[in-house]
Amino acid sequence: MALSGLDIYKLLPKTNCKDCGFSTCLAFAMALAQKRTSLDKCPHVTAQAKEALESASQPPIKLITIGSGDNKLEIGNETVMYRHEQKFFHPCGIGFLVEDILSESEIDKRIADINSLKFERVGQVISPDLICVKNTSKDKDRFAGSVKRVMDGTKSNIALYGDDSAAMAGAVSLCRARKPLVICGDSGNLDEFIKLAKTGSLPLAVTCSNIEEAASATAKAKQGGVEEIVINIKAKNLSGKIQDYALMRRTALKKNFRPLGYPTISFTDSVEPDIELAEAISYATKYAGIVIIRNTKKEYVFPLLVTRQDIYNDPQKPVQVEPKIYEIGKVTNQSPVLVTTNFSITYFTVAGEVESSKIPSYIICCDADGMSVLTAWAAEKFTAEKISDTLNNIGIMDMVGHRKVVIPGYVSVLSGKLEEISGWKVNVGPREASGITNYLRGYK
Amino acid sequence: MAIDLVKEKYNDAINTVEIGPSGSKTVKVGGETTMPFLFAEGGMPNAPVVALEVLDCEPSDWPESVKKSFGDSIKTPVAWAKACVSEFGAKILCVRLQSVHPDYGNRPAEEAVATLKSISKEAGVPLIVIGSGDDEKDNEVLPKASQALKGENCLFGIATQNNYKTLTATALADGHSIIGESPIDINIAKQLNILISDMGLDPKRIVMHPTTTSLGYGMEYVYSIMERARLAAFIGDKMLSMPFILFVGQEVWKTKEAKEFGEAQGVNWEIATSVAMLQAGADILVMRHPSAAKSVMKYIDMAMNK
Repeated sequence: MALSGLDIYKLLPKTNCKDCGFSTCLAFAMALAQKRTSLDKCPHVTAQAKEALESASQPPIKLITIGSGDNKLEIGNETVMYRHEQKFFHPCGIGFLVEDILSESEIDKRIADINSLKFERVGQVISPDLICVKNTSKDKDRFAGSVKRVMDGTKSNIALYGDDSAAMAGAVSLCRARKPLVICGDSGNLDEFIKLAKTGSLPLAVTCSNIEEAASATAKAKQGGVEEIVINIKAKNLSGKIQDYALMRRTALKKNFRPLGYPTISFTDSVEPDIELAEAISYATKYAGIVIIRNTKKEYVFPLLVTRQDIYNDPQKPVQVEPKIYEIGKVTNQSPVLVTTNFSITYFTVAGEVESSKIPSYIICCDADGMSVLTAWAAEKFTAEKISDTLNNIGIMDMVGHRKVVIPGYVSVLSGKLEEISGWKVNVGPREASGITNYLRGYK
Repeated sequence: MAIDLVKEKYNDAINTVEIGPSGSKTVKVGGETTMPFLFAEGGMPNAPVVALEVLDCEPSDWPESVKKSFGDSIKTPVAWAKACVSEFGAKILCVRLQSVHPDYGNRPAEEAVATLKSISKEAGVPLIVIGSGDDEKDNEVLPKASQALKGENCLFGIATQNNYKTLTATALADGHSIIGESPIDINIAKQLNILISDMGLDPKRIVMHPTTTSLGYGMEYVYSIMERARLAAFIGDKMLSMPFILFVGQEVWKTKEAKEFGEAQGVNWEIATSVAMLQAGADILVMRHPSAAKSVMKYIDMAMNK
């Protein structure tokens, strides 16, 4: 949590020596609070003050990076409990468990399945982020062999899960360049895992059965020189895990309590695929930094990825669709032309209704900065001029033989002016999208 | 390490609404004193419930994948309702009086009410009863339906800011609770609860519908409105302390993701939307596909485990 100028002032020498270039210590403190200058400008600051200030300037939940390059997964650095308070910043990673007890061909099949999981939605490509290879066999060579197959078969980020540090060291040496997340499964071996993570500058996940243990383990890891830490709470049921995630996040945010200021990794326990999906969605909505699942079937993974996309949308920034002509059904040059804004929900709702009317139609989304119809109209982003301009320049005139357009009922007030300046005949449609099906069926 | 964890403890609770005549089958919803499933911080005395949706006529615009999962029973409303209870485990049903709608048969109100009465008698579980979506026809059929089920303590809907008086008056007269709907807008939700209470209906007889949207179609807007309303209720806003109902099935089965990529994905879309809504504080989920409903009931049991 950020310190105020006064909090910082209390930690400064208060001599007003001006060596920092500011006329008083208070002025310097204010500038520091606004991040306009840096603490090293003060040659007299004590070591304790320096440490206190540095730790206060860190985000309350640390940003952790797994992997490298364009694919890398960043989690943590969250600032709120509820998305309406600001937003959720770093979408939770979604990954798959690959246990090294699988045969080579089973692993290859899993990798192929995972590689095929790529979907496009509202203009974004969504796909899973990592593969977690687990040393279930307890066999060092088997673990290494599995890691190698995964490395060869995918460009995915990697997490390595094991109890034995020698097996882990072997696996790490195979994929160090991908900056894997090292998951220590057995807290008895934590010291060796800490050394391993420190030596390789790798992120380390500590496995614990409750919050107290987690705080001790992260403190120990930090002391041992590991910077990037992730918390894995095991042996709790669904509500127990969600409760722990909430408590850890809230305590880190509200009290700036460092030992809990790390993202979490969550493994599903359910074997039935439907319940596993439900469990994974619970973790994705409630504070997990990474969710690892077993099922790779696309009809399960897709809704999970879309849930993450929805929850991590910025509530202050509407999701937009490209302003253009959308063809719904087998359109002809006599099909109706409907105009609306490019707010994605507006477009999808209208498109859904047009589809269910079974009347092929063109929907033109005007560029209205992604606002809904009424908001855009009030903000003068959806005006007669704008619609006229769009109708005459977007290319629809070459696609239809008529000059009739339907506008949303909420902006019926625009119809006169729009007819006058565009030369199109304007029909006023229903106010709500739910009326479109009936409207189109009676439309001539 | 002893840690002073920041727990949220609230003084105020969500209202408890009872549906159904008093007895062993009464369904209670609401009563929470915590955000969903955070049992170290407060309680959820009543588990969220799944209501399967049945119509008073064979549905004409439901996807085949949903219809066929009910078998032949879906052709007759009473048989359908009974199957929902005996085969698919529903402890409460939502009957939509679709047949009176001008586009879906335009049948006389009396016919719809007769069907509803038989469903009530034969299914033997508490009922949620909603209109067809056509205001004019609903203002005719709902008072008759309400009277026919007098004393059954049903949950009737849907009241909106522009059309709440008829429904509130009939609920008052016949002893039912009602659903108030607002367009993803916390202020209108509150305003409507005030308007309905001002007519004399006990606020503990109101359930809020914050509007439902499917996963991928703005689900997160509803999610956040629900969280905001809940948090306001917990710190004392009595006019937002009503339980939530979400019509998940109705919205999910409109989307192409549910309809066009195989039955399993549709079922999962309904499960995913439902679970997200439960995590935002849903008390009643009205669902369509029996497999999705079954999975969500199982999930609720698991999540309610302390």
